[in-house]
Amino acid sequence: MSIFGLFRRTSSAPMARERLQVLLAHERASIGSDLVAILREEILAVIAKHVQVDADRVQVTMDRDEHVSILEIEVEIPLPNAMKAA
Amino acid sequence: MGKVIVVTSGKGGVGKTTSTAALGAALAQRNEKVVVVDFDVGLRNLDLVMGAERRVVYDMVNVIQGDAKLPQALIRDKRLETLFLLAASQTRDKDSLTPEGVERIIGELKKYFDWIICDSPAGIERGATLAMRHADMAVVVTNPEVSSVRDSDRIIGMLDSKTLKAENGERMEKHLLLTRYDANRAERGDMLKVEDVLDILSIPLLGIIPESMDVLKASNVGAPVTLADARSAPAMAYFDAARRLAGETVPIVIPGEKRGLLGKIFGRKAA
Ligand SMILES: Nc1ncnc2c1ncn2[C@@H]1O[C@H](COP(=O)(O)OP(=O)(O)OP(=O)(O)O)[C@@H](O)[C@H]1O
Ligand SMILES: [Mg+2]
Repeated sequence: MSIFGLFRRTSSAPMARERLQVLLAHERASIGSDLVAILREEILAVIAKHVQVDADRVQVTMDRDEHVSILEIEVEIPLPNAMKAA
Repeated sequence: MGKVIVVTSGKGGVGKTTSTAALGAALAQRNEKVVVVDFDVGLRNLDLVMGAERRVVYDMVNVIQGDAKLPQALIRDKRLETLFLLAASQTRDKDSLTPEGVERIIGELKKYFDWIICDSPAGIERGATLAMRHADMAVVVTNPEVSSVRDSDRIIGMLDSKTLKAENGERMEKHLLLTRYDANRAERGDMLKVEDVLDILSIPLLGIIPESMDVLKASNVGAPVTLADARSAPAMAYFDAARRLAGETVPIVIPGEKRGLLGKIFGRKAA
């Protein structure tokens, strides 16, 4: 029943330690300037300069890992012709 | 329209965040649409307890300030389709949470979700009053211990005066969630009794959550305890509490005792 059944036998502390290390490394690094936030804003601004993007059609996701952060920006760019064709 | 619940206590460290995550997941496990909202600006932890700390991109302040749309800031739980998190800002100061901004966000969330569960910061300052402001219902988290009970009493007073409901002359529905209940200490008589706490605070009991290692383990792995180990004692107590929140009648059992609370009270009166 428990999807975390795995953790019942082994201790959970090592997992806590690892999660904290990753999180704190990111938080400490981003005090003052949040690089990822800056990238996010600027990338979106550049896209918006060239195409009209609907703010609702933008998905920004993040996965902070031990050595890298993955910032994914998914922008739906409508084709002007697509509307006519339909 | 969704129901807004504030999980509050006055005193710090009594189990608000743990309870927000556990109740939120328990309701989502019943297929209801749930969002848990962290109001603890600068000291957010709900993301960590939910196991979403690596995925926070936007927080509530970003939405208030227009940097992001609300749907972009909602983080969907990886295990439960209908469970979402709205994180608190870790870097801004407390004043960035404006009453107007909070009102707009709660109003929008009510359209999309069945339950909006607000995790209040400790204390009685701005953060705590903002978290309770729009609540339809309050879960007052209390430990069976004198200072926690006193602070809960204070918070109950605020729920009855500083919320929108109170200002409109309506009655705020309040429920007591007794957490970190230690059956061994209760047996030795070293802990306030459930009846004592109920007598003093005189609000209905939502549930009794036992003190348990399972809570710590769940937070270590980043899962609400109702998800981490659904059959553990605290998880079952949270499931019952969630059913009561949803309006079901579920008898209350005091951890470590065989008879239900009602049986006990009646037994005593009869004697
Ligand atoms: N039933 C329980 N059994 C054992 N430990 C618990 C239980 N409930 C909460 N705890 C532990 O107590 C500590 C505080 O819990 P939590 O963070 O949920 O409290 P809080 O009220 O949100 O605190 P704060 O006021 O700082 O926001 C945590 O370490 C948590 O794991
Ligand atoms: Mg908390």
